[in-house]
Amino acid sequence: MKLDAKIPSGPLAQKWSKHRHDIKLVNPANKRKFDVIVVGSGLAGGSAAATLSELGYKVKCFCFQDSPRRAHSIAAQGGINAAKNYQNDGDSIYRLFYDTIKGGDFRSREANVYRLAEVSVNIIDQCVAQGVPFAREYSGYLANRSFGGAQVSRTFYARGQTGQQLLLGAYQALAKQIEAGGVKMYPRTEMLDLVTIDGHAKGIVVRDLVTGETTSHAADAVVLATGGYGNVFFLSTNAKGCNVTAIWRAYKRGALMANPCFTQIHPTCIPVTGDHQSKLTLMSESLRNDGRVWVPRTKANNRNANEIPEEDRDYFLERKYPAYGNLAPRDIASRAAKEVCDEGRGVGPGGRGVYLDFADAIKRFGLNVIRERYGNLFEMYERITGEDAYKAPMRIYPASHYTMGGLWVDYNLMSNIPGLYVIGEANFSDHGANRLGASALMQGLADGYFILPYTIGNYFATEKPRKPALDHPEFKRVEDEVAERTKKFLSIKGGRTVTEFHRELGKLMWDKCGMARNETSLKETLERIPVMRDEFWRDVNVLGEGNELNQSLEYAGRVADFMEFAELLVYDALTRDESCGAHFREEHQTPDGEAMRDDERFSYVAAWEYQGVGQPPVLHKEPLVYDEVHLAQRSYK
Amino acid sequence: MNLTLRVWRQKNSSSSGRFVEYEANDISPDMSFLEMLDVVNEGLIKRGEDPVAFDHDCREGICGTCGMVINGIAHGPLGATTTCQLHMRHFSDGQLIAIEPWRARAFPVIKDLVVDRGAFDRVIQAGGYISVRTGGTPDGNTIPIPKPESDRAMDAAACIGCGACVAACKNASAMLFVAAKVSHLNILPQGKPEKDRRVLNMVKAMDEEGFGNCTVMGSCEAVCPKEISLDFISRMNRDYLGALWRNR
Repeated sequence: MKLDAKIPSGPLAQKWSKHRHDIKLVNPANKRKFDVIVVGSGLAGGSAAATLSELGYKVKCFCFQDSPRRAHSIAAQGGINAAKNYQNDGDSIYRLFYDTIKGGDFRSREANVYRLAEVSVNIIDQCVAQGVPFAREYSGYLANRSFGGAQVSRTFYARGQTGQQLLLGAYQALAKQIEAGGVKMYPRTEMLDLVTIDGHAKGIVVRDLVTGETTSHAADAVVLATGGYGNVFFLSTNAKGCNVTAIWRAYKRGALMANPCFTQIHPTCIPVTGDHQSKLTLMSESLRNDGRVWVPRTKANNRNANEIPEEDRDYFLERKYPAYGNLAPRDIASRAAKEVCDEGRGVGPGGRGVYLDFADAIKRFGLNVIRERYGNLFEMYERITGEDAYKAPMRIYPASHYTMGGLWVDYNLMSNIPGLYVIGEANFSDHGANRLGASALMQGLADGYFILPYTIGNYFATEKPRKPALDHPEFKRVEDEVAERTKKFLSIKGGRTVTEFHRELGKLMWDKCGMARNETSLKETLERIPVMRDEFWRDVNVLGEGNELNQSLEYAGRVADFMEFAELLVYDALTRDESCGAHFREEHQTPDGEAMRDDERFSYVAAWEYQGVGQPPVLHKEPLVYDEVHLAQRSYK
Repeated sequence: MNLTLRVWRQKNSSSSGRFVEYEANDISPDMSFLEMLDVVNEGLIKRGEDPVAFDHDCREGICGTCGMVINGIAHGPLGATTTCQLHMRHFSDGQLIAIEPWRARAFPVIKDLVVDRGAFDRVIQAGGYISVRTGGTPDGNTIPIPKPESDRAMDAAACIGCGACVAACKNASAMLFVAAKVSHLNILPQGKPEKDRRVLNMVKAMDEEGFGNCTVMGSCEAVCPKEISLDFISRMNRDYLGALWRNR
């Protein structure tokens, strides 16, 4: 298989406009003849479904939640980046491009990232027009804040609820199209498989989560906007429903999975309190603008934070990275926190925590300013921990948060399966080995509003796909496979719950393939996962029936897929014998503990091809070519 | 701590439900309410009994998926909180806790504590948006919006659509939910051109869904996890009257 990223020729800054000119268009009157399935209704899926429908395509949109307004994009707090340069602080499209490439530790495509930076400015305009209530200055103009990995202030925000407000903007655009009859919405409906006919994506098989009915839907193209797979670690900041199923099913039908080992661990989450923990809660990275991160200078310090004098505190981010200080990128800040906790200097129960202290900021700006900026985050912290962070520092610890890896796509956001598009967190394309803060919202909306709606037309215009009839035998065959699997889950009647298995898998992945990885532990994990998977299929207990609302059954399907996917993630981590961005191999570090890339051997996208459960996948390499930027060791010192 | 739960169990929308008692033992005060229910459900599965179905997703108080009536109060005893953000430290050892689904004609029960809130989506579809298409929008800074106005719109836009306002209302009115969206968009200059038809269409859709009338008692505001103010209802009523007058 030859991977062709289809990157347009010409100078970097002109690629996207040239490409938009070169791609073929579909006549407005013909657009209604094409059916598009969009799976997922978050920022990427919601914006894509709305925009495609505005253009005239017939859209069906699916989500497993009870309403498209609930997708997990809603939980993003801090903001969205855009190269508006409203602050006159030297920002530009080129700088946002460069920061993103560098932040991703030189493991993303130049052309994709440049385009992302380019359309970032349109996103803000679009959202303002939709009525997204971004924060404003007293002048009435839009306000900005700064964020990790950048030295300019380019992040737009709506209090601590930016994701919510942007998602509601997309949801409302979608609602308008549903009302107009252009989109048929299927809430509480989960995609369980992809149907390909003659090598092209032609539809999906779904389960109605209320009635349990399994049905097929045919289309001319399928768009997956199903988010990330962070829940492979069980404890993560993802919503409980986030899962790998849609992209994993596509992978098993021939789509390539790229860089699955690039998983981001977010530095500012509320620490684990006990074995009952069902998820972790993120505190927006924007807190690091004004909060100072520290631990006691010496081990085993049981004093209250406020009793520890200044000279006994180690502001380790400021000490190690004076240029960026508390705003060092996420992977670096996370590892630094892990390091001081490994040294035994961690705080709070279990010693897995560091302080995030606002005392100085409160002194400097006053309580009201801090309350205005972060009030809802402080309230959230108090609600969960029962502690008042205005009086004593917060305790934070890193947690799985975002996954840079995902299905491989070309410049048009199409996977190697013609007609199968992948957008948002579900694809691998823009963040390399580490995503910068406030860039996920940007990418989701860029893909959905401004990229896919152009590129998908080219497929229709050149391939002229024909939607198959639902009585095509392939639909029946896939439906039968799905039904068979459901029957199997319900017939095992073993001794352990789905949650127990998920917890066990998640702990293994977090311990051995989380913030730091090494060859020995990865190899052990590769042996352990198949055993666990066999145990799962032998001993899991799923009660109830298939023809009703059955949350255990839904969960079992998702965990079964995680059990297979985890193996690929570890395999990728083992094969990538270098450290880069969030992928930290202990064997490869500089003397002061920073990630050490190996550009000679690993400057490529690892795209994996499925060969069967338990079989080693086949690696396809897409070389990363840098014409514009000079590869350098990332330094935030 | 050990608790006794009295949970509403209902097989599906066509069957009648009833309360069933369960013991919840060894509950840590640091658990969230949903984590406590997770523990109970794990125990039920081990005993071969059908676990309690409840909606939840983000578990950080923003997606609006979770919601149950706890001891007669939507989202439980702590104000300004979703069920997922309610922690067990607010209960006491040995307490009896009654757990019910949202009860409203417009929110039929699907199973146990899961209800169908599709009516909310349909009300938004009737006009809860600004009819702008993707692309061709002016630079974000061409429309300066006074900060107090923008903040006020944000106060209204903070609604998470959980439905607690409906569950708390003796009339099962959706006025707070609808008023929040109408106000968010009608306050902003971008939303002004469609101000009248928005409020007229959304109120009409709300009535058609079978939500009850508002008597301004304020139960909705009292349970709202995002503290959406009752003032928005007055604001919407004003918009509504004005729209009726202008479109008479």
